[in-house]
Amino acid sequence: MFEPILGAADAALNVKQLGVTLTWVDTTIIVLYFVLVLGIGFYLKRFAETGEDFFLAGRGMTAWVAGLAFISTNLGSQETLGYSSSTYQHGMLMNHAYWIGAIPAIIFLSLVMMPFYHICRTHSVPGYLKLRYGEAPRCLSGISFLFLTLFMSGINMFGMAIVMKVILGWDLNFSIWVSSITVALYVAAGGLLSAIFNEVLQFFLIWFGFLMVPVVGLIETGGWDGMVKRIQENVATIHPDIPAKAADYISMWGGMGDAATNPAGMHWAAIVLGWGLAISFGYWTTDFLVVQRVLSAKDLASAQNGTIIGGFFKMFVPIIVILPGLLALAVLEEPLLGENDPKVVSGDAYSYNCVLPLLLTRYCGPGLLGLGVTSLIAGFMAGMAGNVSAFATVWTYDVYRPLINRNASDKHYVFMGRVCSLLGIFISIGGAYVCLHFATIMSLSQLLFVMFIVPLFVPVILGMFWKRATAPAAFLGLLAGTLVCLGMYLFVHWFPADPEVYKTWFPKDYNDLGVWNIDKMNPQHLWYLTFSEQTKDIPANVWMAVWTFAVTVIVVVGVSLFTTPKPVAELKNLCFGETDIPSQAHLPLYKKPALWGFVLLAVCVALNIIFW
Amino acid sequence: MSDKPQHTITIWFFVGALFAVYGVLILGCGVWGLFYPPEGIVLYEKLHVDLWWGAFLTIFGAFYTYRFWPTKTQSGE
Repeated sequence: MFEPILGAADAALNVKQLGVTLTWVDTTIIVLYFVLVLGIGFYLKRFAETGEDFFLAGRGMTAWVAGLAFISTNLGSQETLGYSSSTYQHGMLMNHAYWIGAIPAIIFLSLVMMPFYHICRTHSVPGYLKLRYGEAPRCLSGISFLFLTLFMSGINMFGMAIVMKVILGWDLNFSIWVSSITVALYVAAGGLLSAIFNEVLQFFLIWFGFLMVPVVGLIETGGWDGMVKRIQENVATIHPDIPAKAADYISMWGGMGDAATNPAGMHWAAIVLGWGLAISFGYWTTDFLVVQRVLSAKDLASAQNGTIIGGFFKMFVPIIVILPGLLALAVLEEPLLGENDPKVVSGDAYSYNCVLPLLLTRYCGPGLLGLGVTSLIAGFMAGMAGNVSAFATVWTYDVYRPLINRNASDKHYVFMGRVCSLLGIFISIGGAYVCLHFATIMSLSQLLFVMFIVPLFVPVILGMFWKRATAPAAFLGLLAGTLVCLGMYLFVHWFPADPEVYKTWFPKDYNDLGVWNIDKMNPQHLWYLTFSEQTKDIPANVWMAVWTFAVTVIVVVGVSLFTTPKPVAELKNLCFGETDIPSQAHLPLYKKPALWGFVLLAVCVALNIIFW
Repeated sequence: MSDKPQHTITIWFFVGALFAVYGVLILGCGVWGLFYPPEGIVLYEKLHVDLWWGAFLTIFGAFYTYRFWPTKTQSGE
C-alpha cells in the first residue's frame, strides 16, 4: 500500500549535480565558519551554568540581538531554498508568506501577546499552558512539540545533505554527520546562548551571501521592467501546463478572485484566512522556537522592540528569496522541473530546489561562491540548532520535570538539557534518514507546522483573552485539531480503488482501499478542502490550516461552555483583564513598540499596494 | 549588578572578525580576477562583483571588529 512513498527515495538522491569545484579560498571560508561556531560554543559554555542561562540565555539579550535571532530562526536554508523554488513554480504570490503571512502576526505578538509571556515568566509556550490550564494541555503540547522539533531538525539535516550533494557532490552521510556533530557540540556547550550567537552570524551570512544574486540578476535583466518582460516571454515554455489566463507570475493579489486565474490555484480567502490568520498567527505567536528568542530579551520593552525589529527584516527577506525565484524565471535557459519529474529522477534536468544554487554559480566566482555555500550551511545548521535547543527546553521543563523528576536541582536540569541537546541531534539523524523516503520535504515540513502549531494557537490565544476557556477544552481542542489535520492530509493523498468504498466503514476487501501516495493529491478529494481540483500542494496546506483552525476553535469554545472554568483569582498575570501590563509612558517616543508596530504595518500595506 | 560571570566578547565582535577575514579573502579573489577572470560567470568582467563586495565586507568587518573589540566593551551578548 505504501510502495509509492518508499519509491520516492531515489528521486531525492539521483538529482542532476551542478558539479561545482571549490577553490582553496572557498574551502577556507567554509572551514573558518565551522571553527568559529565551535569556538563560540566552547567559549560560551562557562556562561551557561544555570537553567535560566542554558534555556533562556540568561534573559539578558538586547532588542537587536533578540530581534535578529527571532527572525534568523525563521530564515533557514530550507526557507530560502524552498520559497525561491516555490516562487519559480507559483510566481510572486508566494510573497504573501512574508507580508500578510507574517507582519500582522509579528505585530500582534509584540504588542498584545508578549506582555503575557514576559510577565508570567514562562520558560516555554507549553509552560504558559500549564500556568493557564494545568498539566494535561501542557504535556500534550510539549510532546507534539518534541516531535515537531526533532523532525524539523532532521529535515534541515537532510536538506543540507541534499544541497551539498547537488552543488558540490558531497557524500550524503558526510554532510549529515559533520553538521550534526558540530551542532550537537556547540548547543550542548552553550545552550540557547550558543544557538542565538550562531543565528545572528547566520543572519549576516545569509544577507551578505545571497544579496549579490538579486543585484547582479537585475543588472543582467535591465532592471525590474526588463525582468518582468522576460518572465512574460518565458513562462509559456517553462510552465506549459499553466493556461494563459492563469500565467500571471508577477502579481500578488491580481487573479486571486478565482482559483483558475493564478498559477497556484489559490483564492484570496485562503490567503487571508490561511496564511494571514491560521498559519501566521499560529507560527509567529505560539511556535516556541521563534518565541523563545524574544523571551530571552532583558526586559519587556526589549522583547517587544526586538520582535518589531525582526518584523522589519522579515518584510525585506523577499529581496533575497522571492526575487531570485522571479529572476530564475527570467534568466535560466533550461526549465526546472518538479522533484518527481522523470527527467529530474533520471538526472537529466535540475529540480525547482536548484533555483538559488544555480543563480549562485551563475553570478558568483571563487570566494563569493564559498560565501554563498557557507550561508546555506549556516542556514541549515542554525535550523538544527534552533530546533534542538527548543527540544531541550521543552523536554526538560514540560515533560521531564512534571512527569518524571519533579524535585531535582537546577544543576540537574541543566545537565538534562545538555544531554537532551546531544540526544536530540542524534534522534534527528534518524529523522534525516527517514526523509530519504520523502521526495517533498518542503511540503512535509509545512504539514508538520499546520498539524502541530495551528491547533496550539487556539488554546493559547483564547486562554489569554477569554476567562471562560477551560483545561479540558484546551486539551481536546489541541487533540482534535491535530487529528483533523492528519485526517485531511491522508484524505487528499488517498486514491481508493473502489469508488464506493466511502459508503461502508469496513470494506469487505481491503484492496478496495487503494493507495496513499504522498507525492500526489487526489483532485476529487482536494475539491472538498479547497473548492478547486487544480490547487497545488502549498495552497492545499494553507486550506488545511483554515479547517484545522476552525475545528480547534469550535472544540475549545464548545467544550469550554460545558465545563467549569478556573476561578478568576487564579488567572492573575495570565489573562487579559487580570494582568497588570507595565506602563511604557517613561519610554522615549522612538523606543515605543506601538509606534514602530504602526510604522511596520503601514509599510507592509504600502508594499502590498505597490506590488498588487 | 549580578555577580555571575559575564561574557566579555560580544556577538558583534565575532560578526566583525568573521566578515573582516571573509572580506579580505574575497577582495583577494577580486584582485586575482582582474588578471585571471574565472570562466562561465555571467557579467563577471563587466561588474567585478567580488572586488567591491569584498571591499565592502572588509570595511564592515573591520569597523565591527574595532568597535566591539573585547577590551573596549565591558560585557555584551
